[in-house]
Amino acid sequence: MGHGFSTLLCKEVLRFWKVASQTVAAPVLTALLYLLIFSHVLEGHVKIHGVAYTSFLIPGLVMMSVLQNAFANSSSSLIQSKVTGNIVFVLLPPISYLEFFSAYVLAAVVRGVVVGTGVLLATCWFAPLHFAAPLWILAFALMGGAILGSLGVIAGIWAEKFDQLAAFQNFLIMPLTFLSGVFYSINSLPPFWQQVSHWNPVFYMIDGFRHGFFGVSDASPWHSFAVVAACFALLTAFTLHLLKRGYKLRA
Amino acid sequence: MSVAIRIQQVSKSFGAVQALDRVDLEIEPGEFFGLLGPNGAGKTTLISALAGLVRADHGTLRVMGHDVQSDYRAARRQLGVVPQELVFDPFFTVRESLKIQSGYFGISNNDAWIDEILENLGLTPKANANMRMLSGGMKRRVLVAQALVHRPPVIVLDEPTAGVDVELRQTLWAFIRRLNEAGHTIVLTTHYLEEAESLCSRIAMLQSGRVVALDTTANLLRRFSSHTLRLRSRGEMPVDLVLGAAQSGGWWSLPFDRYEEVELLLARIREAGCGIEDLEIGKPDLEEVFVRVMQGESKGGGG
Ligand SMILES: Nc1ncnc2c1ncn2[C@@H]1O[C@H](COP(=O)(O)OP(=O)(O)OP(=O)(O)O)[C@@H](O)[C@H]1O
Ligand SMILES: [Mg+2]
Repeated sequence: MGHGFSTLLCKEVLRFWKVASQTVAAPVLTALLYLLIFSHVLEGHVKIHGVAYTSFLIPGLVMMSVLQNAFANSSSSLIQSKVTGNIVFVLLPPISYLEFFSAYVLAAVVRGVVVGTGVLLATCWFAPLHFAAPLWILAFALMGGAILGSLGVIAGIWAEKFDQLAAFQNFLIMPLTFLSGVFYSINSLPPFWQQVSHWNPVFYMIDGFRHGFFGVSDASPWHSFAVVAACFALLTAFTLHLLKRGYKLRA
Repeated sequence: MSVAIRIQQVSKSFGAVQALDRVDLEIEPGEFFGLLGPNGAGKTTLISALAGLVRADHGTLRVMGHDVQSDYRAARRQLGVVPQELVFDPFFTVRESLKIQSGYFGISNNDAWIDEILENLGLTPKANANMRMLSGGMKRRVLVAQALVHRPPVIVLDEPTAGVDVELRQTLWAFIRRLNEAGHTIVLTTHYLEEAESLCSRIAMLQSGRVVALDTTANLLRRFSSHTLRLRSRGEMPVDLVLGAAQSGGWWSLPFDRYEEVELLLARIREAGCGIEDLEIGKPDLEEVFVRVMQGESKGGGG
């Protein structure tokens, strides 16, 4: 990885940081609102894995914010550059496919982690939290961010207009994240929907992430990590293939 | 030393549109080269293929000996492209944009050269202004600056003077000329033909994706354009003169090659008893060359 990579990474981080009120503060506020509403309705009625509902919810919201913001970062940066035409500034220099991919994905991870940390800081006052296995927390946050960052690269390259990107987001990313156990444990679902959830990779990201806090989870963290790592490897290979072919970027 | 740009049998189509049709072109290091053609002729497509923004369907393109596909990193390091579209990144200031662009080319400490570019393009007062705040002409200057951050030996400018005031044109061309004198190869597209005529030593003309003319500017002028004696007459012009002439708006245009011929032409008109109300001499110009080449005509036109 050369200087081209680090510059692109830096530029991508600066890009969201310069408009942090939209890219960091707003999603933190959204997560806080979810917490206030759901904990108001459910606290005291539900305990999951022996944990009070609000405590259970917080890691879910943190991870959801990491994932959604990682996706938003790479996808919106790419589509904006494509629509305004300034994508040529990164297509003209001698930046390799791998550098291009890594810079966008890593910047997405940074945005995800920054927002996730913000959500954690804003919500941790509302319920007691443990940090049973901090390494799992970190591993799943980074992996989850990288996976959604790669999906964002794919969506950003594929979409030609903002509404196509919105469709990708609304019909794929949102259902996958909302139906992954952010707000509930999949053990509370009917058997059929439990089965379905096991096919959702986002379930493993959130479940493993939560394991890092409470030391208990629906699936084993090793199993979850294997699924997540395999997803990342597949997506990386696919995205690099698209970039190498110049799919939609180099006609 | 290898040629600066070697384009061999390059074709490219977009669906049914054949944007480039077996284009062959070689440009030597240090040349100031003009790429001309009407709208949609394929100039931008050819530049995009050279820059790796578009993939040619057939053929090969090399920049300073490096293939733009198989050896793209080396090829891109040798090439600076000023895109035709007025694009900019609204998140950054002028100086930030230039630093970032330097970084993309692997250059970390470029302040001295950036200052020099800014100064030469009259951008110094705007260095810390956000890109969004700049006027169109100023944005165009930044585009030129961005193409130069890595001191590319080959510089390609796609209509750099579209929508640009007289002052910038002059500063821009003075700067580009200096770069050319310092050894940089310059390739330029423009629809201002006087600009091309005064700057370019060699010119290719594209039409519907094909190279329809390729020669030194001097040769093109000689082959496709002539001096003209333009006059408004009182009375009947001699028939034999009228045959080789064109008339428009009351003006006759009589082509000639050497100035001595003017004397003879005027003598013939006087002998015919025809008076002259107004008279001027037109030099060969690229506009005439362009029109003739595009119409598939040769010198002395008419058919
Ligand atoms: N991405 C694209 N998709 C479809 N058609 C394209 C694309 N790019 C160019 N074309 C077509 O290819 C042809 C050549 O276009 P090009 O932009 O190279 O012309 P040009 O010589 O640069 O014209 P101008 O002087 O107007 O800039 C045109 O018919 C154009 O419509
Ligand atoms: Mg063009």
